[in-house]
Amino acid sequence: MNIVIVNYGAGNIQSIKFAIQRLGFKAVLSNDPEEIKAADKVIFPGVGEASSAMKKLKESGLDTLIPTLKQPVLGICLGMQLMCNSTEEGETQGLGIFDVDVLRFNSDVKVPQIGWNQIESLQSELFNDVRESDYIYLVHSYYAPVTADTVATTNYGVTYSTALHKNNFYGTQFHPEKSSEVGEQILKNFLAL
Amino acid sequence: MLTKRIIPCLDIKNGRTVKGVNFVDLRDAGDPVELADIYSKAGADELVFLDISATEERRKTLANLVLRVAEKVNIPFTVGGGISSVEDVDILLQNGADKISVNSSAVKNPQLINDLASKFGSQCITVAIDAKQIDGAWKVHLVGGKVPTELDLFEWAKEVEQRGAGEILFTSMDHDGTKDGFANEALAKLSTELNIPIIASGGAGNKTHFVDTFIEGKADAALAASVFHFKEIEIKELKKELKDHKIPVRL
Repeated sequence: MNIVIVNYGAGNIQSIKFAIQRLGFKAVLSNDPEEIKAADKVIFPGVGEASSAMKKLKESGLDTLIPTLKQPVLGICLGMQLMCNSTEEGETQGLGIFDVDVLRFNSDVKVPQIGWNQIESLQSELFNDVRESDYIYLVHSYYAPVTADTVATTNYGVTYSTALHKNNFYGTQFHPEKSSEVGEQILKNFLAL
Repeated sequence: MLTKRIIPCLDIKNGRTVKGVNFVDLRDAGDPVELADIYSKAGADELVFLDISATEERRKTLANLVLRVAEKVNIPFTVGGGISSVEDVDILLQNGADKISVNSSAVKNPQLINDLASKFGSQCITVAIDAKQIDGAWKVHLVGGKVPTELDLFEWAKEVEQRGAGEILFTSMDHDGTKDGFANEALAKLSTELNIPIIASGGAGNKTHFVDTFIEGKADAALAASVFHFKEIEIKELKKELKDHKIPVRL
């Protein structure tokens, strides 16, 4: 299987590469449109600040490519947020794959949310052999509200989309590559799509 | 529900764990990677690696270690010790660290916090603060608590938050090594006055101390070293105890 991790200079991508390696597969890092188009699976990571990540994506021309991809695509954390219409962080326009606007957590909770929380209302093959209320690792200040594309929720002051799915596009707010065995199962499920 | 985190801390010197570690099942007790793997399987929520090397090759050695940990471990980890520039952080994050922590370098150059937060995002910047009480006032200390400063703990913590830190790791030098419990009064004040997560450090001796720091100290996470390394406390047992006290944990 040909797995490509989109490498546009946005943060920690070694972890996701290693996580795939631990599952017995090999992933390549690439920002080459042809290589990304030819992949069986595409992983779109992202850590850091939204507007500067979006700027890097535009510089590499990948902002127009990603929404046209036909194979399964998994956005992780900021990657998922950039696949939405927009995010409040840096007033950033997103790729518009998921029809939802990303908001900042209210100050009635500590921001960022850092740590292990639970996934509920699981509605995707991404969660095969994952149980309701299993724990996943999150670190984020912005969230996607619940929408028609929501396939899992988490509660942190508000119940929000912890995973999204539309056509061949998937997104997780949590880090499957850092979520122990539960995360490994979710990655395994994505690779089996 | 967001759970409270239990974080073992590993002291690293020249790529090896320093403090004696009492794990009979370890092939190599000095190998941080093997130890990290064992802790992740034992139910640790996160790991902290604190580098205390003073050699010229330390940056390279630490970067290599981070890469080896990231390759093996499927839970998040933070790296700290001697980090003083954007370049230092860049290489550690690129090699797979989830978060980094800065301490003395942030006191000497507070702008570093702003620079790191804007380049890498607040979520991966932990500021570690060592403090002890002098005439009843909490004062920030440097160099592992040896050098006092004029900085007030609470004022510095607020400044650190404003400058973009995503989290604070507060070590009470008055409690560190005593095994007499965490500095819960100061922790509760930090947790109430700030709106970022607070990690409690210094003073862990038994399971009740963890219960107390989460309830009285309002901490979001608790860090300890020797009680875990010497198996005085098993993480799973600790989490069961916390759960019995209605504290949310990942079990």
